[in-house]
Amino acid sequence: MMRRSMLRSLALLASGMLLFFAGLAVTTLPNFAAVPAVVTIGNFAFSPPNLTVPPGTTVTWTNTDEEPHTVVSAGPGKVFKSGGLDTDEKFSVAFDQPGTYTYFCSVHPQMTGTITVK
Amino acid sequence: MDTTPNTPRATKADDTGQTRRGMLKCLAWAGTGVLWTVAGGVPKGVELGFGPTAAYAEPAGFSFVQISDTHMGFKAEANPDPNATLQLALDRIAALPAKPAMMIHTGDVTHLSKPTEFDTADQLIKGARLDTHFIPGEHDVIGDDGKQFFARFGGTGANSGGWYSFDQGGVHFVALVNVMGFKPGTGGTIGQDQLEWLAADLKDRSASTPIVVLAHVPLWPIYPQWGWSTGDGDQAMAYLKRFGSVTILNGHIHQVVQKVEGNVSFRTALSTAFPQPEAGTAPNPGPMKVSAEKLKTLLGLRQVDYVPAGGVAARDMTLA
Repeated sequence: MMRRSMLRSLALLASGMLLFFAGLAVTTLPNFAAVPAVVTIGNFAFSPPNLTVPPGTTVTWTNTDEEPHTVVSAGPGKVFKSGGLDTDEKFSVAFDQPGTYTYFCSVHPQMTGTITVK
Repeated sequence: MDTTPNTPRATKADDTGQTRRGMLKCLAWAGTGVLWTVAGGVPKGVELGFGPTAAYAEPAGFSFVQISDTHMGFKAEANPDPNATLQLALDRIAALPAKPAMMIHTGDVTHLSKPTEFDTADQLIKGARLDTHFIPGEHDVIGDDGKQFFARFGGTGANSGGWYSFDQGGVHFVALVNVMGFKPGTGGTIGQDQLEWLAADLKDRSASTPIVVLAHVPLWPIYPQWGWSTGDGDQAMAYLKRFGSVTILNGHIHQVVQKVEGNVSFRTALSTAFPQPEAGTAPNPGPMKVSAEKLKTLLGLRQVDYVPAGGVAARDMTLA
């Protein structure tokens, strides 16, 4: 009797713990939809220089420098090109297809970055 | 003077191998008594005293001015009013004792390639009433491959890529465009088409022709980490190497840096809009903020004098 109820309690406890940890795992999984896909243009650099996002993400660049910058695709595949971005101006691109997209600033070509979609 | 053609004196060669008869033949052709020498590719005339002659006048030189990086449309803390500082520079030019023959603008006329910025620049610069030759900076070709810039400030007879050359006062000017077709990770770029044009443009010119080359981004590697260099600049320099006097005038870095290498002198220019830090002295080459009093001491223009016997002389002038 004792053993059965003990077994049951143990089973309950075990499943409870399983559920608990599963729940923990689920809540600690990165929630991509909630993390903003943002690149800051500052100090003549793209931050982060390499950003990875899931397909369907819109990435937004914001220029915080006092110099204008641009965001222009460099590689094959998707073509994107901002106009001149003055201080505080933004530029957004939706990335639907997986791949790695290199871009640079056409005014200061030593500034480069990548968006990896996977 | 005994000018009988066949006397011994007429045919005796002097130390340089010149005979009297030969000299007189030359004089008859030239019409003046001048012995020409060429030093460093620059012709130098020395008057010979041959009795009463009209005073020999040196071929007149000419002077021009260079302004650069006017950045119409810039309004951040480093200079809230670049229109005013440009006007100051143009006032300084107007006050020069002798009016310059022409003006050159070595690029970054505007800050963001906006139509209103081009308008303002055009208006202010026309007010100087000087024949002005422009080349674009990277700020002038944002978003439209230079369409607006070339429509307003394109050089006469310019190639479709915007580069051109012209002659004035015995000097050959070459206006290069090294701010288009940037590839990631690079600085200024001249490109194959333009290099081929340059080679052809220079090919038949005498090595004694003084050459002045205009290009926005420095043609030599001042600080590549900040884009202060031209990747294929050394190819252009190879074509220029044989000339006796070559002056490279650049902009882009908003400060004067100079280098002399044999017959070539390289000079960048002050901006009329805002200063930038010296190479490597700041985290980035962005506009450098200084006090209002100090600002005008870091902005300015350049006067260039060309004298046939003396070559090219440059004088930088700050606004204060």
